Amino acid sequence: MTDATISAREAKPLPKWAVVTGSIVAVVIAIVLANAAGLMPKGTLLHGALIKPFVDMVDLPDLFVQTIWEGFVGGVLYALIALGFVLIFKASGVFNFAQGIMVVFAGLTLVGVYEKFASFGFTGMIAAYLAVVVALGVMFLLAVAVERVVLRPLVNQPDIILFMATFGLTYLLIGLGETIYGGSAKVMIADQLGLPKGAIDFDILGGRVTLQKLDIAAAVIAVAMIAVLAFFFQYTRIGRALRAVADSHKAALSVGISLNQIWIIVWFTAGIVALITGIMWGARSDVSFGLQTIALKALPVLILGGFTSVPGAIVGGLIIGIGEKIGEFYWGPLFGNGIESWLAYVIALAFLMFRPQGLFGDKIIERI
Amino acid sequence: MFYREAGQYKTTYKADMAVFPLVQDRIGIIAILAIAFIGVPLLASEFIILSVMVPFLVFALAAIGLNILTGYTGLISLGTGAFMGVGAYACYKLTTIFPGVNIIVWIIVSGFFSAAIGVVFGLPSLRIKGFYLAVATLAAQFFLQWCFVRIPWLYNYNASGAIEVPERTLFGIAITGARATPEVRYLVLLSIVVVLAWLASNLVHGRIGRSWMAVRDMDIAAELMGIRLLPTKLLAFAVSSFYCGVAGACMMFLWYGGGEANDAFNVNQSFNVLFMVIIGGLGSLIGSFFGAFFISTLPTILKFGVPAIGIPLTGAFAEHLTHVMVGALIIFFLIVEPHGLARLWQIAKQKLRVWPFPY
Repeated sequence: MTDATISAREAKPLPKWAVVTGSIVAVVIAIVLANAAGLMPKGTLLHGALIKPFVDMVDLPDLFVQTIWEGFVGGVLYALIALGFVLIFKASGVFNFAQGIMVVFAGLTLVGVYEKFASFGFTGMIAAYLAVVVALGVMFLLAVAVERVVLRPLVNQPDIILFMATFGLTYLLIGLGETIYGGSAKVMIADQLGLPKGAIDFDILGGRVTLQKLDIAAAVIAVAMIAVLAFFFQYTRIGRALRAVADSHKAALSVGISLNQIWIIVWFTAGIVALITGIMWGARSDVSFGLQTIALKALPVLILGGFTSVPGAIVGGLIIGIGEKIGEFYWGPLFGNGIESWLAYVIALAFLMFRPQGLFGDKIIERI
Repeated sequence: MFYREAGQYKTTYKADMAVFPLVQDRIGIIAILAIAFIGVPLLASEFIILSVMVPFLVFALAAIGLNILTGYTGLISLGTGAFMGVGAYACYKLTTIFPGVNIIVWIIVSGFFSAAIGVVFGLPSLRIKGFYLAVATLAAQFFLQWCFVRIPWLYNYNASGAIEVPERTLFGIAITGARATPEVRYLVLLSIVVVLAWLASNLVHGRIGRSWMAVRDMDIAAELMGIRLLPTKLLAFAVSSFYCGVAGACMMFLWYGGGEANDAFNVNQSFNVLFMVIIGGLGSLIGSFFGAFFISTLPTILKFGVPAIGIPLTGAFAEHLTHVMVGALIIFFLIVEPHGLARLWQIAKQKLRVWPFPY
């Protein structure tokens, strides 16, 4: 071994984060200097991409805050869907594509049941919450059916087969939902459920920021639900069993945990999450089958945060939600708009290049 | 009784390694080709050709492409629809810029454009694996789809925003455009599919195919055995996208005769092709054909077949029922035979070998 290699070994390499932050700072300084030197006159592409968005952000801070808030709410809702994915993936290793349609199905069931009640003249808050209970019952039945019909016969199959099976489930639920509730969009019973309406205006930073009360409620409910889930996972018997199953099916079986029961519980939990997501998304727009495409929005959130991490789903949701809105608002015009459809994926892909298992995912260990 | 290898001795290594080692297999494939080339155009009605055979062949090509990537190399891709789109748009641009060159040449060449794009989006596959990669390929799907809509140059600034397939001829016979008869389109498509399927069969049975399968089974072990991962994976992406691109070009030019990206090359198309590969059987070329036939004709069969046996169905309800049936059948097939229709085919052949005696 030569002296050079020894000294190279002794010299501690810079930590990764330092390299990344350092290069980002260097790029920012370079851009600022280039701008000061007049290299990027107004109206050019470089100016539009590198200077103008930031100038806009500083010039109109109220608009910037508004954009971030909208991104935040969107992110929370993405996080909710991703949460449903993560729960099921952790416990059963199934990449549940049907989560998106479960959201729609749960929402439609809620509205459909309430309409049925209303046709008997039974309306109001009590009816609405009774409808919630019925919808929960339906989601429970769905969980049992999925476990019985899909998961149990397919136990021990490769992941991709299970993934495809949830695809079949998606088609099944689309067909079933359309047959029962019809294909037309429905209005979520937000008022009857006691969800707030209207907006609050804040006068800050020399401008006005409008917060929809519904969005605030959505954020609060999402945070509360995540807290409840964290508590459930951490401190209850079933939560411990769920974590045991997530770690190892075999070990869990050998200490007497019933996999079948756990799967039903997990799918039911995902169903509850789906119902709440359905109510929130439904109240913001309406309940229709178009909503199922939000599952595709949740996928980048999922890979960004890591398939196996609940905090990852939340952080990922916020990064994607805010990044998407800011990107669309400030950089979108540069590309001719509509970049929302793929921006989330590109953001997630950029993160994945550095952490292939997502931000919080279990480290992938490969052995021969 | 009729299908067994008894008495068929192989005297050369080449004969032993043949793709169709049995005489019966060779007779079978010749018979199938004869039926496909002569029987179908002569006997089948226009409806059968246009709504059964042509979609089947187009999707078979796409399924072969995806099978090379997912079944043979073990990389899940959800960007198939977009790669098909690249082929279609490349073919459209090429044939409008160089109208003199034969369209069949451009259909094949457009596959190379698709392959180039596929390689670019395949680059992350060295670092990202499994479902993470599957979601990452969705980036390709949405980005390319956005390009198809937002870059008017791609569709020649047509007011409709769609590809309008011009008429092109071969030996004076129209093969694309409004005047091309279904039989001609079918024959052109069939020829392309047969040649490309033969190429794919040679690829996957040779050294390249072996290295793909080694990477699929365990990429670290493959690397230790001296297979270079990056070229192998990128080659899989390139070949796969080539097939998908040709399928996309065929779809637009020989089947749809024009259309828009958001209808033909959306994410549902990607999922559809993935279904075909999985239902047909991962890592099986014949499975790609089975899967493509099953999935592409299922809606047609349900739409026209179910009323024919006396169950009346009305429009919207039939559509919903189709969804339910497709979903249920997918789950059913996965439960009954997770290795796909190709495995059923193998089992059937094995049974035939010993028939009529059980042992």
